Amino acid sequence: MVERIPQLLIVGIFQGGIYGLLAMGLSLQYGVCRVLNITHGEFVMLGAVLTFTFSQLGINPLLAPVIIGPLLFAIGFLLQATLFRSLKARASSPAAFEGNALLAAFGVMYIFQYIARITWGGRLMPSYYLADLVSFLGMEFTLNQPVSFAIALALGVAVYLFLSRSRMGRAIRATAEDPGTAGLMGVNTHMILAFTFGLGALLAGVAGTLLSVKTSVSTTLGFPNTVIALIVVTLGGLGSVPGSFVAGIIIGIVSRLVAGFWEPILTVPVYYAILMILLLVRPTGILGKK
Amino acid sequence: MVGFLLLILIFIATLPLYARSYDVRVLTLILIYVVLAVSWAMFSGTTGYMSLAPAAFVGLGVYTMALLQETLPFPVIIVIGSLISFAFALLVGLVTLRLRGIYFTIFTFGLVVFLTELVQYLETRIFLGHGWNITPIDNATLLYTMLVLVVVTVLVIYFIRRSRYGLALLSIGGNEEAAEHMGINTTMTKVLSFAVSSTFMGAAGVVLAPSLIYINTTIAFSLFYSFMPILMAIFGGMAHLSGPIIGAVIFGYLERTLRSELFSYFMLGFGVILVLVILFLPNGIIGLVPTLQSKLGRLMAKLRKGEQGEQHANT
Repeated sequence: MVERIPQLLIVGIFQGGIYGLLAMGLSLQYGVCRVLNITHGEFVMLGAVLTFTFSQLGINPLLAPVIIGPLLFAIGFLLQATLFRSLKARASSPAAFEGNALLAAFGVMYIFQYIARITWGGRLMPSYYLADLVSFLGMEFTLNQPVSFAIALALGVAVYLFLSRSRMGRAIRATAEDPGTAGLMGVNTHMILAFTFGLGALLAGVAGTLLSVKTSVSTTLGFPNTVIALIVVTLGGLGSVPGSFVAGIIIGIVSRLVAGFWEPILTVPVYYAILMILLLVRPTGILGKK
Repeated sequence: MVGFLLLILIFIATLPLYARSYDVRVLTLILIYVVLAVSWAMFSGTTGYMSLAPAAFVGLGVYTMALLQETLPFPVIIVIGSLISFAFALLVGLVTLRLRGIYFTIFTFGLVVFLTELVQYLETRIFLGHGWNITPIDNATLLYTMLVLVVVTVLVIYFIRRSRYGLALLSIGGNEEAAEHMGINTTMTKVLSFAVSSTFMGAAGVVLAPSLIYINTTIAFSLFYSFMPILMAIFGGMAHLSGPIIGAVIFGYLERTLRSELFSYFMLGFGVILVLVILFLPNGIIGLVPTLQSKLGRLMAKLRKGEQGEQHANT
């Protein structure tokens, strides 16, 4: 029994990397745009389903993000530039805006979900790639696990470096902290908000691609992923990108341990128990501020 | 006004005598939606804390009915279902309502998934299986039960709105810090009202169960029962008690009659409507009433008195 722990831990870390990627986008969207994007999971679903569709056409799943990424970025960009921007203009207060944005996102979630359902149907799409087994230190993995993790990690690091070192990254962080002043300093806040939202959508889509590489997908996988993303983001601290990644790995490990030693179906209840304890003790999350 | 309402009540109460059985069931479902929409608006509409969890409490009610249907009389099960929802909402509230609204929303969002999986697990462990058959109850009984429930819910919420308690809720929605400074115990007010609103949802769930005939966790905890009440309340408008009721009647009717093959298209449509309403009609249909009244008033004045009337209207 105990010998399985290292295996479970490592698989958990691999899985967690994807969760981290999943949450990063959401964290950015809330931290910068102040929109709790509960449509997030649908972007993941679109990434996954589109990857599958492309793979049916003969395109390598790992190359799919090259097309899907910009597409989802554009959708996210437009969503912020039109819907959330108008909501913000009409809202009477930041709190009212957040509430309205949430409800609007709720509606958009249903729109995306049912467009997808109409287009692809609700069936399960068997998708997998790189399923060959690899051995390492006496433990077996399917090749797609470390590969997915590597991609997720690389993207995570890239985003982090982008945010902390680049000029646009600084503009984004400035907008997140104080949009008014940032605007006065010459930052085109509307552009920044739309860009960040699109970036979040792009990250979600890539996470979807990575998910599709390992498991079968369907048009219904949006919502459960939104739930996981929300839990991870809260655990890591709303608005903290490294926090999301760390929290993602923790949740990944927890999910494997619970599935391995207890019952796979209890993973979400366990996340909730963790979330409840966290909210009681340190609501801002592990690396959260304020 | 009261006479009008009484007329409606009498109309609903006598319906089973001459209407088709199907219509009675549609009306019962609409009444269930009314309870859900009104209860949701009672808490989320006033305080601004968006709960996405109605489906969780409905599901709890449904399951209470499934488990107790052979052992206890129907009214007792309703009470028990309400109490279970109340207790659960109390727990959720105590954990999450001390914090900023966003954490509450996040928590309620996945609550449905949480309960679905937890109940599934318990089902497998305790009952070694999934799914329950519910013995159907006669349509007229269900309708009358819902009628009573609707009246109770609306009355309770009406009196809460008019009480100091209701004002406290609104002030929390307006500016929570200020409310706190005024001496309102915001946490307890929020927790208790959340629990009360959930109680009605649980009760509605119990009455919903017999019309579903067969249930399992996916059916009982369907997110639909979170989305629809919210859509109905927003569309109808939450400034007035009648807003969610109007929204529930319109969309309840639409949902039932359009449910068949084009279901996906209609859900798509409902999503679009929700987004449009948030954008352009944040106060819902009810919000249009003052605007319509003033425009209509000016029009009437103009028509009645010609030029003179227009001068009057412009002052």
